Amino acid sequence: MRISLFITCYNDLLFPETGKSIVRLLERLGHTVEFPLEQTCCGQMHYNTGYQDEALPLMERFVQIFRDSEAVCIPSSSCVAMIRDHYPKMAASTGDQVLIRAVHELLPRVFEFSELLVNKLGLEDVGAYYPHRVTYHASCHSLRGLHLGDIPLRLLRKVRGLDLVELANIDRCCGFGGTFAVKNSDVSAAMLAEKMRDVENTGAEVCAAVDNSCLMHIQGGLHRQRTGIRTVHLAEILASTEEAVSA
Amino acid sequence: MTIRVGESASAPSFQKAALPLLDDSQLRKNVRHATEVIQRKRAIVSEEIPDWQALRSAASQIKQRTLLRLDEYLLQFEAACTAAGGHVHWASDAEEANRIITNLVRRQNANEVLKIKTMTSDETGLNHALEQAGIRPYETDLAELIVQLGKDRPSHIVVPALHKNRSQVREIFREQMNLPDLGDSPQDLTDAARRYLRERFLRVKTAIGGANFLIAETGGVCIVESEGNGRMCLTMPDTLILLAGIEKVIPTFQDLEVFLQLLPRSATGERMNPYNSIWTGVHPGDGPQNFHIVLLDNGRSPILADDEARQTLQCIRCGACLNTCPVYRQTGGHAYGSTYAGPIGAILTPQLQNLQHSQSLPYASSLCGACYEVCPVKINIPEVLIHLRGRVTREQQSSLKPEAVGMKVVASVFRNRRRLETAHRLAQIGQRPFVSRGWISKLPGELSAWTSVRDIRAIPGQSFRQWWKETHRDAR
Repeated sequence: MRISLFITCYNDLLFPETGKSIVRLLERLGHTVEFPLEQTCCGQMHYNTGYQDEALPLMERFVQIFRDSEAVCIPSSSCVAMIRDHYPKMAASTGDQVLIRAVHELLPRVFEFSELLVNKLGLEDVGAYYPHRVTYHASCHSLRGLHLGDIPLRLLRKVRGLDLVELANIDRCCGFGGTFAVKNSDVSAAMLAEKMRDVENTGAEVCAAVDNSCLMHIQGGLHRQRTGIRTVHLAEILASTEEAVSA
Repeated sequence: MTIRVGESASAPSFQKAALPLLDDSQLRKNVRHATEVIQRKRAIVSEEIPDWQALRSAASQIKQRTLLRLDEYLLQFEAACTAAGGHVHWASDAEEANRIITNLVRRQNANEVLKIKTMTSDETGLNHALEQAGIRPYETDLAELIVQLGKDRPSHIVVPALHKNRSQVREIFREQMNLPDLGDSPQDLTDAARRYLRERFLRVKTAIGGANFLIAETGGVCIVESEGNGRMCLTMPDTLILLAGIEKVIPTFQDLEVFLQLLPRSATGERMNPYNSIWTGVHPGDGPQNFHIVLLDNGRSPILADDEARQTLQCIRCGACLNTCPVYRQTGGHAYGSTYAGPIGAILTPQLQNLQHSQSLPYASSLCGACYEVCPVKINIPEVLIHLRGRVTREQQSSLKPEAVGMKVVASVFRNRRRLETAHRLAQIGQRPFVSRGWISKLPGELSAWTSVRDIRAIPGQSFRQWWKETHRDAR
C-alpha cells in the first residue's frame, strides 16, 4: 500500500525518531511510504486554544496535500481526533461545498498509527523484538477521542522479549492538555505527579504511548525526578527488531 | 443587567484560586476519596443497565427538543401549575428572584425559613438576601448544613461539603451546636444533625427549595433527594417556595422514566433516590397550602441562542463530570469561584455572565474528555470549552496580547513550508543557550511554567523532514 505519512508539527521537530521508525516499519512490512514535504500542522493547538480562525487555513492545507492519498498515517491520536472531530464542522463553517466534500471523502482514509496497523492492515504481530519491561500510557484522545481500546496493547503483546506491565488508572489524564500545561501549570503538575507515581509503581523501564505530546510531559517530569524511566512512542518499539538490537 | 452567579464576579482566576487548594493536602485527600467512592458506585450501577447508552441518547434528545421550544413548554408549565393551585413567578435575574422570594416570606410574617438543598439559590445568593431582610434561612440538607454552620462555600453541586471529612464535620458541629462531647462516627454526626433539624422542622412554617424537573404537561415539580429532609420541607410547612432555572422543564410526566433512571445512578451511584417527590399545586388538607414557584432566567436565554453552546442547558446537575474530572480531583470546587464547579461549571458560569467574568474557566481543563463520557445527557463539554475559548479570544482579548501575537506568528509559519523549515533551523540554533547535556531545565517567559517541574529534551539536530530529504533524494 502507498501510505502517506503526516508526521505532525511537533513530531517533525522534537521527535524525528518516531517518524524514522514508522518509515522503517512500514517499509519492512512491504509498503511504500510517502512524505509530502508541503505538510506542516493540523491546526490543533490553535483550534483548542481558541484561535479557530488561524486553524482554518491549516485545515485547508492538510486537505489539499492529502486529498489523493491512499491512506494517511498519523502518529498522534490528538491530531487524528482534531481532524475527525473538528474538520467537518470547520469545513461546514466555510460553506465551501468542494471543501466539505473533500473532507468527507478524506476522513475514512485518515488513520492513527496503531489503528492503521491493526484496523487497516490487519496486523498485530509486526515481527518486533524489544527486550524491556514496558508499561503503556493510554492517552485521552486515543481512549475517548478515537476509541482505540486495546489496539496498541494488542500490538505490544505480540512484541518478542517485551514484558508488558499494566498501568494503574490508565484512563486518567497525565495533565498535559496542550497549552493547559502552561496556562494551568500548577494543576497540571499535580496531575503529572499522580501519573508519575503510577508509572513508577509498575517497575517498568519504559513508558510507551501513541502520543509523544503526553510522553513529552511525562518524560519531562520523570527526567526532572531522575527516575531513569524512559518514554518511547509505540512506533519505536514496533520498528525494533532482533537484528537491530543485536547489531 | 448584571448577572450574578454566586460570588463569581469577584472571584480570582482559576489559576490563582487553585494555588492554596493545591497546598491543602487534607482537602485534596478528602476530594480524592469522595470522588473515587462515588465514581466506583456510578460505574457499577450504570454498567448494569443494558440500555444505558440508549438512555443517555434519549435524555439528550428530550432535552434538545425541549430547549428548542422552551418558551412554549414554560408557558404550558405555568398554565398547568396555576390550574393546580400554584403561583408561578418569573425572575429575569438573581436580584429579582431574591426580591420575589423575600417578599413572599415577609407576606407570611415569617422571620425564619427551612431550606431544601438548592444550588440555584446559591447562584442567586438567596441566603444573603434573606438575612439582609431579617429572615434566617436554615439549611436542612446535611451537607448544606455543614457548609452553612462552617461559614463555608459549597464545593460540589451534589455533595456540597465533599471537601470536608468526618472529623472536620465533628469540629463544626461541636462548636456550632454546642456539643463538646460529640463523636465522629456517622451515627453520632447524623444524630446531632437530626436533633438540631427536627426541632426546626416542627417549628418553621415556610420552606424554600429547588427543583430537579418541572413537568410541563402536569405542572408538577419533581424533587429527588437522599435524606428525607426534602420530604419534610415539602409536606410539613404551610408555605412552599421553589426556585428553578428555566432549563429544568421537561415536556411530559413519562419523560421522567428516562431521567429518574439516569440521575440517581450518575449523581450518587444509587439505583433510585431514596426520596422522590412530585408536587403538583395545592391539595386541601394535605401539605403546603401556599405553593409558589419562581422561574429564573439569570443569563440562560442568551445561551439558548448559541447553537454550539445550547447543550450546556441540558444539564441535570448530577455532578458526574465533577467526580470524574482529573482537574477537579486536584483542586476541589472552590477553585472555580462559582456555585457551579468542575467541567459543567467551567462552561456554565462564564456563559451565564456573557463572558464578562470567569474568563479563566474555559481554560481550566486539559480537554481529556472524561466528562463527556459520563454525562447522562451527553453534553459535549470539551467541544463547548473550545467554543468558549474561541469566544474569549475573539470578543474579550486584545489582539496585541503576547499569546495572540505568538499564535498568529506560529500560524503564519505553518502556512508556508519554507518558513517552517527556516523556523526549524532557528529553533535548533536558538535553543543552545538553554541546553545542558541534551536537556533543557529552564525556559524563559511563559514557557518557564513548563520547566517549573518538568525538563524537556533538547530539540534534535536534525528534524524528521531534514532526515527525509537527506535519505530520499527524490523528495520534493
